[in-house]
Amino acid sequence: MRINPRFTNKFVQIGLNLQAFFTVGILVIIVAIICFKGLPYVNFEFIFSYPEDMGRLGGIFPSIVGTILLALLSILFATPLGVGTAIFLTEYTKESKFTKIIRFGVESLAGIPSILYGLFGFIFFVIKLRMGWSLLAGVLTITIMILPTIIRTSEEAIKAVPRNLRIVSYSLSATKWETVTKVVLPSAIPGILTGIMLSVGRAVGETAAVIFTMGSSLRLPTSLFDSGRTMAVHFYILAREGISMEKAYGTALVLVVSILLINVVAYYLMNKAISKYS
Amino acid sequence: MIKNPVKKEQLVKWVLVTFALSSLLFLFLIFIFILFEGLPLFHKIGLKNIILGFKWAPTKGSFGIFPMIVSSFLVTFGALIIGAPMGLSCAIYLAEYSGKRLKMFLKPALELLAGIPSVVYGFLGVVYIVPIIRDYIGGSGFSLLATSIILGIMILPTVISISFDALMSVPKTYREGSFAMGATKWQTIHKVVIPAAKSGILASFILGMGRAIGETMAVIMIAGNALRIPSSILDPLRTLTGNIALELAYATGDHRLGLFSTGIVLLVIIMILNYIANFGIKRKM
Repeated sequence: MRINPRFTNKFVQIGLNLQAFFTVGILVIIVAIICFKGLPYVNFEFIFSYPEDMGRLGGIFPSIVGTILLALLSILFATPLGVGTAIFLTEYTKESKFTKIIRFGVESLAGIPSILYGLFGFIFFVIKLRMGWSLLAGVLTITIMILPTIIRTSEEAIKAVPRNLRIVSYSLSATKWETVTKVVLPSAIPGILTGIMLSVGRAVGETAAVIFTMGSSLRLPTSLFDSGRTMAVHFYILAREGISMEKAYGTALVLVVSILLINVVAYYLMNKAISKYS
Repeated sequence: MIKNPVKKEQLVKWVLVTFALSSLLFLFLIFIFILFEGLPLFHKIGLKNIILGFKWAPTKGSFGIFPMIVSSFLVTFGALIIGAPMGLSCAIYLAEYSGKRLKMFLKPALELLAGIPSVVYGFLGVVYIVPIIRDYIGGSGFSLLATSIILGIMILPTVISISFDALMSVPKTYREGSFAMGATKWQTIHKVVIPAAKSGILASFILGMGRAIGETMAVIMIAGNALRIPSSILDPLRTLTGNIALELAYATGDHRLGLFSTGIVLLVIIMILNYIANFGIKRKM
């Protein structure tokens, strides 16, 4: 039997339309569920007060602080390393065996699942380097985990800066480093910031790599050697141990909304970076 | 502060080389420390008894992880069965059918799915998907099926964005040639565009597999974590990642080494998948 190709064409088009909206629908449903279920429990007090009774009562303030500290300190370490690597790969060397090996390293790091980062951070930072479950161990683990994202996006951003700008700078007898810091990097900033924001989002949402390195203490971390918990870890413990569904939904709302906002900023910056040179 | 510009350039270059080498150093450290902790146990218990052993009782000297290896692959293929067709058809829609404005809205929206933390997926799985399976299909609900559904959704962003890029990189002239011969849009897509983008699409599936097999928190919340090979899609199971995450916090001695052995097996599987995916992408470009 032969089906009319025009009929198949129409049929497929409708099918693909439905499929695309079904997939977007999943996203909408996930966000809607979290919002409707979480909204009644999120208020000023929930955000700014301390948890009581393992999180059954009270708020999530320490875990918000823990999340912010973890994310900020991680990008503080990862940004210079990542942007430096990207500058090296794009400006200071030609494609060679050496850059291939470095790119292989970056690709491989990007492919390692977070639980293996957790396993590594646990044995290396927590046990061998005797940091214990601490903010520092968490920060160092996450730094390594987000490094590939920062390297890749920075590299793309630096590559997108037109050659002419560099040539003009060199013709004014600027050195390579002056050209990079005063001409190339300022133009590449939106792209680099995209990578940083995506990394922050990843650090905020991460659980497996954080729970085995930073631990899950409910107290407010006051030094690098204190254990602490991020919102994602707090949410995991509330949900898995069935401590409180209400608080779990509330925490999920704060968590998901912050990540979505961070990613929206990242996309905004990305569009800005793309439209700049095209 | 160094005044001599030539010396400064030299210094900058060396600092940047060091930074660039740091990624390699980290990769090396990760391998060394996971191997260093896990390998002695392979030596002591025997490779075969670990990889092909059926019994995981680490406090009693049994370290068989065969059921977990099988389970990891089962959930990965389950995720692929659900996520690959959905993701590919979304990518086709985005690349070939949607208007420019819709694309501008849909693509970032779909990529936002990637930002939702895995614990949230796991939680929604526990609260919605597990009870639906328990009530309408059977079993406890914590199952291969539930895990495959959640992982299938979680790999969508990977599959969509990489197959989308592959489809977009097919030259416009291919399509025009096909249209000129009187082919319909769908004939063009499935006989010209998809074959041309084949290796990129396969790479997106393999990277999706890598994501699924490495996923942890969502899986331990919905898989049920039973220590045997599931005999139906409604049976609970435990993956390699789940094994590590469930026991690492309290494991000591040989038990902890056993978790590192599990990590080694996982690392090897991931490296192979990434290698295949990169090979597929590079051959295309």
